[in-house]
Amino acid sequence: MVMEIVCPAGTPAALRAAVKAGAHTVYCGFADETNARNFPGLNFDRLEMREGVAFAHAHGAKVLIAINTFPRAGDEAIWHRAVSDAESCGADAVILADIGLLDYAARWHPGLRRHLSVQAAAANSDVINFYAEAFGIKRVVLPRVLSVSEIAAINAETEIETEVFVFGGLCVMAEGRCSLSSYATGLSPNMNGVCSPASRVEYHDDNGVLDARLGGYTIHRVKQNEAAPYPTLCKGCFGAGETIGHLFEDPVSLNAERLIPQLQKAGVSALKIEGRQRSRAYVAEVVRNFRAAVDALEAGKPLPQGMLTRLSEGQAMTTGAYNKKWR
Amino acid sequence: MELTVGPNQFFWSADRWTSFHEGLASAPVDRVVLGELVCSKRLPFYQDRIPEAIATLLEAGKQVALTSLALVTLKRERKLTSELGYMGVEVEINDLTALAYLPEGTRFSVGPLVNVYNEGTIAWLAARGATRICLPPELPLASVETLAATAANLGVILEVWGHGRLPLAISGRCYHARLHDRTKDNCQFACEDDPDGLDIRTLDDQPFLAMNGVQTLSDSYVCSAYQFEALAKAGVGALRLSPQSNGFDVVCHLYRQLLNGAKDADQVVEAIGKIDTGIRFSDGFLTGKRGADWSGLQRPDVLGP
Repeated sequence: MVMEIVCPAGTPAALRAAVKAGAHTVYCGFADETNARNFPGLNFDRLEMREGVAFAHAHGAKVLIAINTFPRAGDEAIWHRAVSDAESCGADAVILADIGLLDYAARWHPGLRRHLSVQAAAANSDVINFYAEAFGIKRVVLPRVLSVSEIAAINAETEIETEVFVFGGLCVMAEGRCSLSSYATGLSPNMNGVCSPASRVEYHDDNGVLDARLGGYTIHRVKQNEAAPYPTLCKGCFGAGETIGHLFEDPVSLNAERLIPQLQKAGVSALKIEGRQRSRAYVAEVVRNFRAAVDALEAGKPLPQGMLTRLSEGQAMTTGAYNKKWR
Repeated sequence: MELTVGPNQFFWSADRWTSFHEGLASAPVDRVVLGELVCSKRLPFYQDRIPEAIATLLEAGKQVALTSLALVTLKRERKLTSELGYMGVEVEINDLTALAYLPEGTRFSVGPLVNVYNEGTIAWLAARGATRICLPPELPLASVETLAATAANLGVILEVWGHGRLPLAISGRCYHARLHDRTKDNCQFACEDDPDGLDIRTLDDQPFLAMNGVQTLSDSYVCSAYQFEALAKAGVGALRLSPQSNGFDVVCHLYRQLLNGAKDADQVVEAIGKIDTGIRFSDGFLTGKRGADWSGLQRPDVLGP
């Protein structure tokens, strides 16, 4: 079976662009703190979501709605409403991470398909099967801590579909298990749907040396005319012992395009592209390339060479944890 | 309110591990959670000491629980995790994987690395047999208050991170190994020289985080002294004290004195600061703008430029 390309959409325009470019599936979120890309100007209101789902369905594509932050105590109703509205909007599935919300959805919206978000960091077949038994999940988005051979081992031991990230931003920490951002800035992926938020970034020019600070902590420093990467915490530059450098990860992004055949062999059902904050042109370009790759693979043809070089120009790429040596 | 000693997060020699837990037998704490939380490669060095430590602590009248790993991926780790329930003490799950192996109806406790953010999650865990939950440290006081009420209704004891470096992240990658140009599989136990983690500083030489193998901690030590009254009022049942290599017995006594009114918050903070004069405090997740904030007077080197 051809692997499903699961593509991000931060706006209705990006959704339409992704569908037209050949995405089998689009994932998106409501414009509030219920999703893990809660950025200003991004995401869908209820009417936009309903129209987006209708557009995707009319073109034979599916829509998944991410409700993958952890509901705030006392305010669970906001997240419950998001699940109800996802079903009303005609979503093909919801992507959930929180145990309480999974239980709520399974209980009150049993007909709405449930995927386990990467934010749940379910990293082995036993816990995946446990989530399936407890909450009836049909698919798991695997955390970015696993090698290709470990993914194959998981697929051999579960009936649950697996979805893996192949392109875009790369979490270095186990997702949903990281409070670095809230420690430094007060805003976290789990509670607020943001990591290293732009509202807490400052650039400071000191005689031609540009410092990038997050929450007041200087984690990048470049000379004039050098490109200044965005100060994401886990890709920052730090000192420890005698070493100064990118102690956690270099400012790289994930590109697993050349691993597509191995991922298919490993039994992966769906390939996920990160980047709901990206432009529709970017999204369309990435989708076209990945769709061409899985179609070529399905037809027994060689993969198109050098795809995505334009999009990744100037940006270092990694295959992350898929390569065991990354650890 | 009770005092719980959390599992040691660092890689200590077997002898240091043993003497630390022997010391806890006479410490003024109610509960001890032991075992390996961070990295399964450390376990063989002290695994055979665990049964005796459990026996010693039980004999001293402590409640004892055994922690699971925080991130379970390898076959070997799954096997270890599946065997936790056979050690004769309660299991503290720090990854839902551990719950998958417990027969339904088994009583268990939940550690701070399981995401418990709301009433629905507490209710589900309580229905599965959870009797005690230590909340994730990033929760604000308002959430703690709401969840303490929920927990009380369900007969669950709620615990809050009371003292020690904060467990901020866990990864598949070992940063200690990376720092030494090694991979995790060939780490040669690069973390063993840092019994409280390795300090990570910003480019302004400002203390910020601490490296502990696959785990990343805060540089600052949480001290809940100034939050104690609010936590008690909310109905929080226990404070968790996280082991440190130096002066931990003094830390336990100071929090006991805080709990029984023998010392006030200022006195406790001052006394803890004397154990290690380089220590920096935080309690910002509960009432500050961000986790790193501190209700007391901060040392100038923490404030940055």
